[in-house]
Amino acid sequence: MIYLDNAATTKTSPAAQQAMLDCMEQFWGNPSSLHTPGQRAAEALAKAREEVASCIGASPREIYFTSGGSEADNQAILSAALLGKRKGKTHLISTAIEHHAVLHTLARLEKEGFSVTLLPVDESGVVKVSDVAAAIREDTALVSIMFANNEIGSVQPIQEIGALCREKKIPFHTDAVQAAGHLPIDVVKQNIDMLSLSGHKFHGPRGVGLLYVRKGLPLLNLIEGGAQERSKRAGTENLPAIAGMAVALKEACDHLEENARKEIVLRDRLIEGLSKIPHSALNGDRERRLPGNVNFCFEGIEGESLLLLLDDKGIAASSGSACTSGSLDPSHVLLAIGRPHEVAHGSLRLTLSEETTREEVDQTIQAVTEVVARLRAMSPVWDELQKGVRPYVIQ
Amino acid sequence: MLYSEKVMDHFRNPRNVGEIENADGVGQVGNAKCGDIMRITLKIDDGVVTDAKFATFGCGSAIATSSMATEMIKGKPVEEALELSNQAVVEALDGLPAHKLHCSVLAEEAVKAAVKDYYDKHGITYDPKLFCNMDCEGCHAHDGE
Repeated sequence: MIYLDNAATTKTSPAAQQAMLDCMEQFWGNPSSLHTPGQRAAEALAKAREEVASCIGASPREIYFTSGGSEADNQAILSAALLGKRKGKTHLISTAIEHHAVLHTLARLEKEGFSVTLLPVDESGVVKVSDVAAAIREDTALVSIMFANNEIGSVQPIQEIGALCREKKIPFHTDAVQAAGHLPIDVVKQNIDMLSLSGHKFHGPRGVGLLYVRKGLPLLNLIEGGAQERSKRAGTENLPAIAGMAVALKEACDHLEENARKEIVLRDRLIEGLSKIPHSALNGDRERRLPGNVNFCFEGIEGESLLLLLDDKGIAASSGSACTSGSLDPSHVLLAIGRPHEVAHGSLRLTLSEETTREEVDQTIQAVTEVVARLRAMSPVWDELQKGVRPYVIQ
Repeated sequence: MLYSEKVMDHFRNPRNVGEIENADGVGQVGNAKCGDIMRITLKIDDGVVTDAKFATFGCGSAIATSSMATEMIKGKPVEEALELSNQAVVEALDGLPAHKLHCSVLAEEAVKAAVKDYYDKHGITYDPKLFCNMDCEGCHAHDGE
């Protein structure tokens, strides 16, 4: 199996697995307990916190472990919104291409009376800093903009947006789920007030993530209960997962440049190969993109059948087609970059890891080329495009 | 797995792919915007469907239901082809996931549209109630667009 769906999840690394087993074997105590087994677990927890903090330029006291990226996004946004409301600030700024963990949280707040501005992105999927500046109001309580997009890999101008928010004294949150472990993150240098990440996107376990909150910035709970996580996130800590995530993040950050260099070479080879398919187009920015992300639209075909046939050829991929999203509409990200519905249905996302090989990339180029041709041969849309009855959207 | 073995078989090895030249009846239903378009072409001799072919833009179940629908009407009198229901296609495929049932509706409508086209072309009178209004049922999300 050629696994090219690393943006969905990654295989847990051997070191992360070992760290998890060690926790279950040796540090199984409750970190809140005062006895020796508890205190050994507390030490392991503290070590994990130090490790993840150092990977993003934070201090350990600024890290709150959560059940994943979605919980971290929810807490950051709901907390900032409710704290803002106490000061009469009920305006929230984000973008049209955020993950649903952000978009649905904002939609919920909108129903509660908040006003939400979702900024557009350009055709390469990048938000303009000047648009953020223009959207800021007296009553803006939060700006939340993702570090890098999960579908099309476009990397946002986080440091500049952070500087702008700092100047305007507005809290700035970034969903860095796809960026963490793949792009350099320094919360201080990049002017980030809050940051979410998830363990399983860099070879750590799922069901664990974290929220970084800059020292001095208040934070409200989502989950009430015990005094874990400095009383900001109740519930006995999921130590095996936390330790696994910490080891995986450290590994990813220690090899970040080397992995990125390797992935970019293969990514560009894959982009070049797929570009040779007629009437295909790369989604997202050619340069400002995640090292492992490739996303294409192929005119005249539908994404789910593409995925099924690729799976038959031993290639695991993903699509933004409506059929694969479980809704009737195709990906909101592809629509936001201006792809019409019929083209967005024919999208393919291939996300590499540092373990992806050149042979795998070459096999994938050949397989996708064959499968697209096969589906086009039975597509009435392709037939109409070829006969000139329907104009091509992608030239 | 998302789909039954039968669905995967018809998806992987679709029967009757293509287009009949100078077809006696052509039916095209669906909307590219919604991600599903089916075109069924029929050859009809002495009131019997002697050949049926399809072209489909859509997901795995759209391709499988088109393939199965063409198999089910081949060799049947036109009146019987008209009676093909989406439920019959679903049963023949050993079921479809709930959110994919609209594909079978589309297949039924494509067959009906092709027969209607045959009737119209050959000046055969029929009860208009036999045919739906071709308002793609699988496409509620974009109604009115």
